Amino acid sequence: MGMKSLNQQAFIAWADAYLREELSQEDRSRFETYCTENPVHAEIFAQHKAFLTTMVKAEARSNFKRNLQHVAQDYHEAHSPKPATKVISLWDRLKLNAAVAAAIAIVSVFSTLWLTGYYKNLKKTTSDYSALRRDMNTVKRNVNAQNAAIQNIHNTKDNVKETMHYGATGFMITKNGYVVTNYHVITGADSVHLQNHKGESFKAEIIFTNPEKDLAILHINDSTFKSIRSIPYTFKRQDSDMGEDVYTIGFPRDEAVYGQGYLSSSTGYAGDTLAYQISIPVNPGNSGGPLLDKEGNVIGIISGKQKGIDGAAFAIKTKALMETLNSIPADSLNGKNVVLNNKNLLHNLSRTDQIKKLQDYIYIVKVY
Amino acid sequence: MSKEKSDIQIDCKIIDGIREGDNLAIQQLYQIHFPPIAQMIINNRGSREEAQDIFQETVMVLYNKISDGDFMLSSRLQTFLYAISKRLWLKHLTRGEAKYRKDSIDDYGESLAAEEVIEDHELKETNLVQMEDALNELGEPCKTILYDFYIQGQSMAAICEKFGYTNADNAKTQKYKCLQRLKKIFFKK
Repeated sequence: MGMKSLNQQAFIAWADAYLREELSQEDRSRFETYCTENPVHAEIFAQHKAFLTTMVKAEARSNFKRNLQHVAQDYHEAHSPKPATKVISLWDRLKLNAAVAAAIAIVSVFSTLWLTGYYKNLKKTTSDYSALRRDMNTVKRNVNAQNAAIQNIHNTKDNVKETMHYGATGFMITKNGYVVTNYHVITGADSVHLQNHKGESFKAEIIFTNPEKDLAILHINDSTFKSIRSIPYTFKRQDSDMGEDVYTIGFPRDEAVYGQGYLSSSTGYAGDTLAYQISIPVNPGNSGGPLLDKEGNVIGIISGKQKGIDGAAFAIKTKALMETLNSIPADSLNGKNVVLNNKNLLHNLSRTDQIKKLQDYIYIVKVY
Repeated sequence: MSKEKSDIQIDCKIIDGIREGDNLAIQQLYQIHFPPIAQMIINNRGSREEAQDIFQETVMVLYNKISDGDFMLSSRLQTFLYAISKRLWLKHLTRGEAKYRKDSIDDYGESLAAEEVIEDHELKETNLVQMEDALNELGEPCKTILYDFYIQGQSMAAICEKFGYTNADNAKTQKYKCLQRLKKIFFKK
């Protein structure tokens, strides 16, 4: 074959056949020989071969790049937040339903709150919390805890029966037979009896109550009660200081129990300025017991403790007792004036001697 | 020790998969290697989108090296990808500046190696991108004829039938003309 005259198209076709391995062994050798003999065509062949390689590579590369982009897209869709469009269209469709549901929810929430008397309580409690506005968290916690948290301290025995009674503590405030305890102790009482540690029991009548301050003034109205010469303790009208060593005697059971601790805060539950927070182990039955300082001054009346908080008990300040006594109408007193003792007989005594002297004036309050 | 060995096996599997155009290998590559590189870029003034671009470019570097058959896994795949990404990101940050600033002296050797790889890649990439553009510019039916013949390896008879040429010589002439046009476009660029 006279190869010299081979035109380029024919040569490329031959080269393609060679590259595609479509030639017989004999033709392959002929092609190779032709190339060595025709440097121009050899050069064209080399170029053509390189060009085709680039073409195949470019195609493979763009395939790979496409795959890579798909994988990348899938990957980023799986690893980034969902586009908002679906949510928005869903919201558009459900807007009306949501609005109706919200309206119903709002109505039912407020009507439930109203029906359960929440607003009455709220009104009462919010005023107590105002002093604590600095610490919103505490206020919030206290609001939430409001109804459940404060645990009134009284012994509940046989709640169901007609003969139910509560037991708590009370103590004498005047030598002519006035006794103070908590209002919550005597609410709904048919009769109130006071029993001292010797086992002597006296009938008492409720002279005056102050539900707001949780105080009740009783008077021993019993022929067996002999007027006493004097009360050994005095009442401290000024606020006591934080950290002060305090103690109480109460009747969480039928025997008097001594409890000792310290004044941990100058305000009471939920920032009540007419109460102290004290750290004394108190239990149901301690309510109404006297809170005394180391000199034997009554500085408060144990009233309750907070559920879920260790060592957070509360005592009503003497100041609140004074205010309550002053607000008793004269005709409620039956001519027996409230004259507080102003001579402290305890301040030089040891704690045990103090207790011996004052425990005669502390009573179990039995409510029937 | 066995963990290291299994990690190397995973690296090799990914490289083999990429060579064979296996999508699962690309997915695995993304899942294992994208997060640390994205973190590096985002920590260095980059956005997530920029991280994606840099990572894809890095994978293309790897791909081209693998398809050239000159990729030797001398270190861990992560090390390679990280070095390339870092270099690419640095180049991106210093676009238009003649010299790249170096992070520190001790990674100079590493970044120099990465720089060589990237330069080589860019050179080859230019060629391939040119070809891709030329093919796109070529238009139909030339593109498909050449694709079917040179890439798919189909016979002239099949192409003849597909495009409805009355005789094989016409098809051969058409194919030749198409190739010449493609070469013209490619070498003109």
